[in-house]
Amino acid sequence: MTPRNLTPTRPPSAPGTPTALSATGLRKHYGRALALDGFDLEIARGTVHGLLGPNGAGKTTAVRCLTTLSSIDEGAATIDGIDVRQHPALVRERIGLVGQFHAVDEALTARQNLVLFARLSGLSKVRARSRADELLESFQLTDAADRAVSGFSGGMRRRLDISAGLVLTPAMLFLDEPTTGLDPRGRATVWQAVREIAAAGTTVLLTTQYLDEADQLASRISVMDHGRVVAEGSPSELKRRLGGDRVDAVIADAALLAQAADVIGRVAAAAASVDPDTRTITVEVADGAKALTPIVRELDLAGIAIDDLALRRPTLDEVFLHLTGQPGAADAAQQPAHEEAR
Amino acid sequence: MTTTTITHAPGETRDRRPNAVREGWLIAGRDVLHWVREPWGLIFGLAFNVMLLLMFGFLFGGAIDVPGGGDYIAFLLPGMFALTMLFGLESTMTAMAEDAKRGITDRFRSLPLSSASVALGRAIADLASSALSLGVLMLGGLLIGWRPTTGPAEIVLAVVLLLWLRFALLWLGIYLGLSFRGAGATTAVQVLVWPIGFLSTVFVSAETMPGWLGTVAEWNPVSATATATRELFGNPTGATSGWLAENAVLAASVWPLVITLVFLPLAAAAYRGLRR
Ligand SMILES: Nc1ncnc2c1ncn2[C@@H]1O[C@H](COP(=O)(O)OP(=O)(O)OP(=O)(O)O)[C@@H](O)[C@H]1O
Ligand SMILES: [Mg+2]
Repeated sequence: MTPRNLTPTRPPSAPGTPTALSATGLRKHYGRALALDGFDLEIARGTVHGLLGPNGAGKTTAVRCLTTLSSIDEGAATIDGIDVRQHPALVRERIGLVGQFHAVDEALTARQNLVLFARLSGLSKVRARSRADELLESFQLTDAADRAVSGFSGGMRRRLDISAGLVLTPAMLFLDEPTTGLDPRGRATVWQAVREIAAAGTTVLLTTQYLDEADQLASRISVMDHGRVVAEGSPSELKRRLGGDRVDAVIADAALLAQAADVIGRVAAAAASVDPDTRTITVEVADGAKALTPIVRELDLAGIAIDDLALRRPTLDEVFLHLTGQPGAADAAQQPAHEEAR
Repeated sequence: MTTTTITHAPGETRDRRPNAVREGWLIAGRDVLHWVREPWGLIFGLAFNVMLLLMFGFLFGGAIDVPGGGDYIAFLLPGMFALTMLFGLESTMTAMAEDAKRGITDRFRSLPLSSASVALGRAIADLASSALSLGVLMLGGLLIGWRPTTGPAEIVLAVVLLLWLRFALLWLGIYLGLSFRGAGATTAVQVLVWPIGFLSTVFVSAETMPGWLGTVAEWNPVSATATATRELFGNPTGATSGWLAENAVLAASVWPLVITLVFLPLAAAAYRGLRR
């Protein structure tokens, strides 16, 4: 009865336009608070775009407005050339969403959830079942497939949540902090999934608090703060603007901190900052790993012993310090420890 | 690396267009899975109704007179049927509030579903569970001596009027569930259905109540359905005179219509209001 291939999930609308998503001047109020305050974004078709920002920056609000879950107070947004405010139903046919918070039915099993969402996405019973099996396999949930979600660990729930958003491969996929709370293996699985989805031609908007995640996956990054985009560019462009990598040197003898800061600052040709509590000297280096050898040599020549020396990417806090001249948000200091450790 | 598992390779298509009836069934099917996986909520609900029936039928029943004469059990049963429809309000409200809180509603809203699907799914599931409760109560009633004495047409009409009340309360439940999502709201409704249930002719005739209470009870929509159902089953109505005694079936048809006309638009607005 029902013909297959009824509705292409990737409709041939506006095939010439290279823009998959465009938002200009979005504004969104929650009561008197402005969650989006002139938010602009443009994403080229088939690319992965990272939206980076601290807690409360407005990432989730932006995603909810663009995916028609929340209304837009002011501004214009189009997906695939379709106006988000005027034609929300058409937009929903083209998008997939993995929200920040779990949205699966706790009382059902993983398989029952996936089959339900697959059938609601328009798959027949048979295809929904095989699609569920594929996704369970891909996200390492096969063993737990027939257990109630209420007994899942946070990471298992997250993977199920993500797979539920991938039932059909949409023209445009929104992932809101997909790896928050995942262990390294879960994170690798999600990263691989994002790469595969992008390779299949889907445009991806990925929000994250982790610079390294955006760097790994995205070809362009928008940094957002206080409801608007404060910087935009390719990862290398942004890194250049962020002033490159940091070297942390932990000095063995606290008495030699000032002298060590002089030496390191001279070698790196930049002002080194000193944290006496941890006996750590931090300096921006332009040429990454190549900067380490001269620092070690000069400290050695000056007779200063070091406990630890590490090259790391700027933390999100430093990014915001650099871009806005002030800490990004009051709670930016609550970054998970591993972010600091990168 | 293969690209056949995570991405949806086979044709990148859906098999079916958005269709409210199909989606409503699927969403209602989710409730059936809940009942199968966690049957205790449903079983306790049914057991509770039977317990109420036995309590009022045998414990208090001997002390209650039915104006106009007649057996109390025969009077009570149709009242219990109507009360069960009222109790359904709470499950509609809880289900809507929980889904909204847990992000399930957002998941539905991000899918290309027809706009009526979620409400339709709720309606199918809730009418089904209320029909089941009704069936269990009727069986219980038959076991303790309740008998409909009229023809099949009247019996069918009685069941239709009962489910019609349940249908109307569905919109009130959806509206309340989406508008008041705090933990206190559900408890408030759980508590408030009791005075609404008692301030009706479910357990005693309005004619045995003090003046103003009797008037309130007569104008209670639950009383209209209870009285109409009694009439249609050929059971004692406990109403010997007054507007309701004469027009019970009309009242039981109009009250749910009024509730639906008021709360269906409010429920739809509350659902749209989730976009806020
Ligand atoms: N439903 C809401 N009601 C009131 N205020 C809200 C609501 N949702 C978001 N906000 C406010 O809007 C601002 C942006 O929140 P949003 O959730 O978009 O941030 P985010 O970048 O996603 O943060 P996080 O990294 O913590 O997820 C915050 O100040 C938040 O308090
Ligand atoms: Mg967020």
